[in-house]
Amino acid sequence: MSTRPFLRLDNIRKRFGSIVASDGVSLEIEEGEVHSLLGENGAGKSVLMSMICGMARPDEGDIVYKGQLVSFASPRDAIRQRIGMVHQHFMLVPNLTVAENYILGQGSALSVISDVDTVHRKIRELSERYALNVRPDAIVEDLSVGEQQRVEILKVLFHGIDLLILDEPTAVLTPQETDRLLSLMGDLVKDGKTVVFISHKLDEVMRVSNRISVMRDGRVVNTVKSAETNARELARMMVGRDVRTELPRDPKPPGRVVLSVENLACRAETGLPAVRGLSFDVRAGEIVGIAGVSGNGQTELSLALSGLLSVDTGRVALNGQDITGLDPAAINARSFSHIPEDRHKHGIVLPLSLSENTILQRYDQKPFAKGGILNRRAIGEHTRDLIKRFGVKSRDENQAIGALSGGNQQKLVVARELARNPDFILVNQLTRGIDIGAMEFVMEEMLRQRDSGRAILLISTELEELFAICDRILVMFHGEILGELPPDRNRLDELGLLMAGNKETAGTCGVDKRSLGRL
Amino acid sequence: MDDIISLTFLATLVGAAWRLATPLIFASIGEVFSERAGVLNIGLEGTMLVGAFCGFAAASATGNIPLGLFAGVAGGMLFGLVFAFFTITIKADQIVVGAALNLLGMGLTAFLFRTYYVSTGKGIEIAQPVHIPWLRELPFLGEAFFRQNLIVYSTILVAILATLVLYRTSFGLTLRAVGEHPKAVDVAGRSVLGYRYAAVLVGTGLAGLGGAFLTLGHSNQFIEGITSGRGFIALAVVVFARWSPIGAFFVSLLFGLFYALQLMLQAQASIVVPYQVLQALPYIMTIITLVVFRGKGAAPSKLGQPYEMR
Ligand SMILES: Nc1ncnc2c1ncn2[C@@H]1O[C@H](COP(=O)(O)OP(=O)(O)O)[C@@H](O)[C@H]1O
Ligand SMILES: [Mg+2]
Repeated sequence: MSTRPFLRLDNIRKRFGSIVASDGVSLEIEEGEVHSLLGENGAGKSVLMSMICGMARPDEGDIVYKGQLVSFASPRDAIRQRIGMVHQHFMLVPNLTVAENYILGQGSALSVISDVDTVHRKIRELSERYALNVRPDAIVEDLSVGEQQRVEILKVLFHGIDLLILDEPTAVLTPQETDRLLSLMGDLVKDGKTVVFISHKLDEVMRVSNRISVMRDGRVVNTVKSAETNARELARMMVGRDVRTELPRDPKPPGRVVLSVENLACRAETGLPAVRGLSFDVRAGEIVGIAGVSGNGQTELSLALSGLLSVDTGRVALNGQDITGLDPAAINARSFSHIPEDRHKHGIVLPLSLSENTILQRYDQKPFAKGGILNRRAIGEHTRDLIKRFGVKSRDENQAIGALSGGNQQKLVVARELARNPDFILVNQLTRGIDIGAMEFVMEEMLRQRDSGRAILLISTELEELFAICDRILVMFHGEILGELPPDRNRLDELGLLMAGNKETAGTCGVDKRSLGRL
Repeated sequence: MDDIISLTFLATLVGAAWRLATPLIFASIGEVFSERAGVLNIGLEGTMLVGAFCGFAAASATGNIPLGLFAGVAGGMLFGLVFAFFTITIKADQIVVGAALNLLGMGLTAFLFRTYYVSTGKGIEIAQPVHIPWLRELPFLGEAFFRQNLIVYSTILVAILATLVLYRTSFGLTLRAVGEHPKAVDVAGRSVLGYRYAAVLVGTGLAGLGGAFLTLGHSNQFIEGITSGRGFIALAVVVFARWSPIGAFFVSLLFGLFYALQLMLQAQASIVVPYQVLQALPYIMTIITLVVFRGKGAAPSKLGQPYEMR
């Protein structure tokens, strides 16, 4: 390792309108290390790295790479200097083959595509060398998310890089795939490459990095050696205060069946089967979790339950009443609350005020309306009450909800849904895109709801969230439920295998606590 | 009734179908390029009219048909440049701009034609059929395929060339990517806007050529609204053809067949259906096509959406 840093960022600033995404960041990356960038959503990790890989230019500050001041006009420039990034949102063209994606933009525009064999061979060689299992002639859209990510990583390697930046690569992976990815990082470093690994998962960061930089509010608050820190300290740096890691809970035996799903099947927007014959019950006073890698029918399941997607076969009953095929308004009216996965699409209307958003489902009911006229005063009072009780940070109840941060938007959705005193609460991704503080709060709120006898179905891709509050966890794969587990972190491997669709081997594998550190 | 199923009738029908399909083939293959890059140009009708007029004007001034065709392509591209500027650079809504250009194309060509040509009433020499020796003597096939003019023959060349460009060149690969995931193209270091301009120019150039064929290879006159909806039909052809150039060629032929059938049935004394019904045939087929082959699945996923630079 040379004394001169491989990459040095010096007082980088970047603004988007009034948002300061990078607020004077200085950072040094050494050659041949795995350097993790840890921080909550919105901390400014992606923006910072996009400036290194040529996607964006800093407003101020210097990037010094291999001892030279650099300024990239495009990612292609960065690739030429052997810097490559795998983005959170893949840059793969879905209807092209892997090889076509790799040669996209290469050579002169007017050239005829030749040498396909050489490209294919090179891809196969690299794929074998790093055990990536990428086929050059596969069409990208036929591949699973995990496979697409390997295709992305191989793409960067294909172009030849010394510095690889991975932006939240594990967000879409099963625990086993994550393990493979982390060991791949080790292999890359052995081959002399330098890796920057962006994540907000403490355990992964602790496992794989040499050094860790923690970002908060557009700033690097600290850089530490991973050998000299622990998860707790990192969490404190991330949030700026102590974080409670274990939520107190005292499970009581669940009560009567509130939601009963029998043999439910429905199809995705594409017309392909997405949910294939699911059956389960959710009882009063329990939180049932549904784990799974995203894209295994969870979205369709929650849309079908809430009446947003038509059901092919099967039956959904709420409090013993058949609600299959009812429209969302009718289902809502039967004591059903829904905290949706995509709050911008199904949860709130961004340009409307907080007040208007809180009465979206009840605008025609007393006391919010009388004789078709809205009662602004009652609506305002109700909204102010929710804002106060749930600690929604906003100017007042008349502010457009779009102006709030994601965490505060989510708090308002949770507040609205719980205020309706539901018997059943469907939650899809409770804590997506919200900060740790708000996360703690909404999880505790869910536990309180459970204790007061509500039935809750929590669909989530965040295992930590499921382990923290569920009473039992169902694993969904390819639209089916492959198994049920207690929320026991010691059985993570089993869970991971089920998530990967591996039913037979799941029962037989050993216990591995290492894979999931706790906060 | 015997006439209808006779071999001569069929041969004439197929020959006419190809001729009548020719403007559709050019325009729809052009539109395939445009849409593959994510630009939906519903201004094809206006563009074809401009091509038809420019072709006619140039040929009647010089008597030179290739020059006329060239003028048709140039006129179409000029129109395309306007469309591209508003939709790609200014990022205005593609449907609105396309509709405006249709109106402009109709108004402008009608105005210029009335001002400069209508009183003369003069026609032009149109491209003559090139009879291919021996082959044209073949029974059935000769009449159907080997007595066309060069513009009609060139549709085959255009279809093959378009396929090669789209699937075998770096340009075509990038173009296809631009309509699906423009950001990936941007990241790969190519200009999304540049490719969209190029795609629109190829599209409108070919639409102009299709229009010019109408005045230079088919009728010997410019008439107001001579395209009579072919620009819109070409849009339907692209959907039916699932955005493939070869597909566009064959689907156009099918539509050409409807046109030809319509014309030839009108000439049959034995047919009692009102001629208006027959005339409506290609348009009815267009509507049916669009309903049956909505074909969302195959459409470029960023079709109609402007690209915001990173
Ligand atoms: N293109 C953009 N326009 C406006 N704001 C942006 C843009 N990209 C990022 N931001 C904002 O910058 C901040 C940092 O974002 P980001 O770097 O994506 O966070 P993260 O640490 O989760 O990767 C966020 O507040 C985000 O909303
Ligand atoms: Mg990010």
